[in-house]
Amino acid sequence: MSENEKGTQFDLRYVAGLARLELSDDEVATFEPQLQDILTYMEKLDEVDVSGIEPTAHANPVLNVTRADASRPSLEAEDALRNGPKTTSDQFVVPKVVE
Amino acid sequence: MSLASKTIKELRGLLDGGEIQPMEIVDSVIAAAEARDEKIGGYLSWDRDQACRACETPIRGLLGGIPIAIKDLINVKDQPCGCGSKILRNYVAPYDATSIVNLRRAGGHPFGRANMDEFAMGSSNENSSIKPVHNPWDLERISGGSSGGSAAVVASDQAIAALGSDTGGSVRQPAAFCGCVGLKPTYGRVSRFGLTAYASSLDQIGPLTKTVEDAAILLGAISGGDANDSTCLDEPVPDYAAGLTGEIKGMKLGLPEEYFGEGIDPAIREAVQKAAKHYESLGVEIVDVSLPYTEHAVGVYYIIATAEASANLARFDGVRYGYRAPDAKDLAEQYAKSRAQGFGPEVKRRILLGTYVLSSGYYDAYYLRAQKLRTLIRDDFTKAFAKVDAILAPVSPTPPYKIGEKVANPLDVYLADIFTTSANLAGICGLSLPCGFMTPGDGDHELPIGLQLLGAPFAEEKILRLGHHYEQSTEWHQRRPVI
Repeated sequence: MSENEKGTQFDLRYVAGLARLELSDDEVATFEPQLQDILTYMEKLDEVDVSGIEPTAHANPVLNVTRADASRPSLEAEDALRNGPKTTSDQFVVPKVVE
Repeated sequence: MSLASKTIKELRGLLDGGEIQPMEIVDSVIAAAEARDEKIGGYLSWDRDQACRACETPIRGLLGGIPIAIKDLINVKDQPCGCGSKILRNYVAPYDATSIVNLRRAGGHPFGRANMDEFAMGSSNENSSIKPVHNPWDLERISGGSSGGSAAVVASDQAIAALGSDTGGSVRQPAAFCGCVGLKPTYGRVSRFGLTAYASSLDQIGPLTKTVEDAAILLGAISGGDANDSTCLDEPVPDYAAGLTGEIKGMKLGLPEEYFGEGIDPAIREAVQKAAKHYESLGVEIVDVSLPYTEHAVGVYYIIATAEASANLARFDGVRYGYRAPDAKDLAEQYAKSRAQGFGPEVKRRILLGTYVLSSGYYDAYYLRAQKLRTLIRDDFTKAFAKVDAILAPVSPTPPYKIGEKVANPLDVYLADIFTTSANLAGICGLSLPCGFMTPGDGDHELPIGLQLLGAPFAEEKILRLGHHYEQSTEWHQRRPVI
């Protein structure tokens, strides 16, 4: 765990948990200072006064694009399943979720 | 001169004249790749049988009979689509991306999977989990990335042309490093359906070619609205190739002072400034413009791109496709282990960074602030394009470095994206083309230098025309690497 200048704790293991990503001790030792460097660099953005500025989510001036609410052909089940690591009877198999 | 070293335009002439058959082009490409690609690493695979079948259909359309190399993250039905990642090592695409549907409609056929940085994350192609791509001009150096395979196979005459994708410079920068032409279209010009998403608000598919004219032909073929991509605009697709020869005299080209300051290699600065002089001699007016928020582009880009990537890559969970870690006790462990074993280091770094900037307590400080700065970066360009037809700038501040040199310093690598990321944040178009050569201080091979023409949204015609006139009145595009 280390401190960045925003006065916050950057807990890499916690973030990795949110990202559903297991990290080895070696990876933590490598990534933590690298990401800390990057976040310190990001503090440069604090120099700019952004009050009153609207955020841009994406560059196109289009909103609410819709298509006709009608059924149309889609991927066949066989095609959708062909890359599944484990499948049976037209379904993906996963470890047991409910006891 | 082999068929593989020719342009789309030249080959179309030979095919129309009945002098060659489409399969001869494929076999020439294969012969070139077998002779040279072991040293370069631009291709991950190709399938001659599929090409044979594609070549059986009658020749028609602008791309009739032309094989196009495809970056390994664009889905082509029944071909591998591994995104340069171990996690998708055995993945076979079940459908064609819209850009591929359009490519086939124009008579072209996808041939060969081009190497890339894993999930398009990188500017060097060292992040491919399969193998790095070597620069055709100096095999010890990076090709650039993330479309490094696409750029290298075109520049070394192992492909006629290629498709890549550009999220923060990933078409333009490897094109500049390898010495070919690369175009990032306006956001919404080309459908992203079937393009494996890295950062959805920034990604755009674009051509890598030997000439500006070929880029115009290929762009025309793949562009157009798409019901499967709500961000793809149904704007008319002009005949880009026909527009190339129009007048450029009297057009205004902006030179942004922020792109020529500290940190840029003097040889690159000089080459682009010479290009500005050259444009003046062609009757183009050079105007000073300012893009004051340029210095924040890298920070904004790496917040927004990684945030979007962390969400997009959540789909790799070992359930529906891709690698699944064996022996996981439960579903949570299956996710965490499959991702740990399947993703490479750069992808992990970006997922972690993106997860952090979106996490509770940090969203406003990083992500929301970056989105607001994105507005300011976009406004910079809107103001500049009110004064000029296009902007002339370098592509990369530095030449390609030696493979392995910067592995431990990801921030250093990110900072070199300073001149390319703004175009993606603003959604504008950009064209990269050769404008000179330099020999870096730590090397003894000549390396190509690229210039960048940035255009307003849907102003591809203007930057292609400006690029074509420069190219045709200089000789840079005719040089070929000796491999």
